[in-house]
Amino acid sequence: MAADAGTYLYAVAHGAGAAPPEELTGVAGAPVRAITRAGLAAYVSTVPLDEFGEEPLRRSMEDLDWLDRTARAHHHVVEEVARRTVTVPVRLVTVYSGDDQVRALLDERHDDFTQALARVAGRREWGVKVYAGSGERADPGTKDDGRDEGTSASSPGMAYLKRRQASLRGREEAMRRAWERAERVHDVLRSIAVASRRHRVQDPQLSGRAEGMVLNGAYLVEDDRSQEFARVLEELRAQGGEIELTGPWAPYSFAMLDDPVDHGGAA
Amino acid sequence: MMEPMRQGPAGRPSSVAGGREPTNLGDILERVLDRGLIVAGDIRVNLLDIELLTIKLRLVIASVDTAKEMGIDWWEHDPWLSGGDRHLVEENRRLRERVAELEDGHPSRRSIEGTVEYADEEPPRRPRAGPAGERERRGGEREERRRHGR
Repeated sequence: MAADAGTYLYAVAHGAGAAPPEELTGVAGAPVRAITRAGLAAYVSTVPLDEFGEEPLRRSMEDLDWLDRTARAHHHVVEEVARRTVTVPVRLVTVYSGDDQVRALLDERHDDFTQALARVAGRREWGVKVYAGSGERADPGTKDDGRDEGTSASSPGMAYLKRRQASLRGREEAMRRAWERAERVHDVLRSIAVASRRHRVQDPQLSGRAEGMVLNGAYLVEDDRSQEFARVLEELRAQGGEIELTGPWAPYSFAMLDDPVDHGGAA
Repeated sequence: MMEPMRQGPAGRPSSVAGGREPTNLGDILERVLDRGLIVAGDIRVNLLDIELLTIKLRLVIASVDTAKEMGIDWWEHDPWLSGGDRHLVEENRRLRERVAELEDGHPSRRSIEGTVEYADEEPPRRPRAGPAGERERRGGEREERRRHGR
């Protein structure tokens, strides 16, 4: 490998049937190939170090357009591989100085990878987000009842502040109900899942939704229970509130070498 | 209740086995940056330095217009935040305290709209544990602003 190129790692899978789909390209538009070793396959592509070296990366990661492109390309490869075989996704911009280093990695971490693959075999990840529903934002009970006429009439500022107080109380109450629903939804879903994780709730700018997110859960579900999972989700949705389902995903949230996930619920 | 018509990651999958595609950038970033197996590469990029927080901030900065469209524009209207007229600041402060006393008998119970703030806590702020800490924190902010205001 040329000195100015590196090997970018996307995902690890079992070695059998390792050939990546033809014409699959990854970050920087480079073709994806498989490096096989010790019964494992590493999905990689060659990347220029003037883009994926340490210094360039530090700058690029702050460039949203670059990040958008690269994240999508990375994700695309992971998804394509995961569609075909049991896959452990690797974090963005994991770059080696060459294929030999990737082989060494597969040797050294063989047992860890095998274990991680076993954990996600026959299972898919589903993402579930719960929002404070729009119906919960306005609380009709907190309307200004005018009991404080003397003061509220005294200045428009006071009236404004009273309205604001009322709307804040309504919002607090709405959020409280939303949090409770989040708990309920999570408990029900994790009882169907093999494992679950609650992620940091997304900022409205990230989620693209003005309503507060109260649950950002990931659920690792056996393939033969995914219909059940979806059905239960529908039932939860029918009980009210905004619930968003995404997936199935490659098991990003459950790709780990140790195992600190919540195994509550399912035996 | 009803699933709103919207673009993005939303929605019930049309078929459980198939339906992907929908993924928005936020969902993807969250997964590829914040999840996924960490193995040490030869090229060292400390994602902890950059991680989701920074990116989130940049997204926020990049999308102030979007935020306005969504009605998250309280910083423009809150004189404390936009550094508006001092008289107004002072009057508002008095009024808020007065309101708080009238309504709650609890002088520190006031807050500004926290639309953007909800999502920033990890773990998610719980209804019971939350308010006390929040009041405290915001009380502190108020002190801070009061000092600046004078």
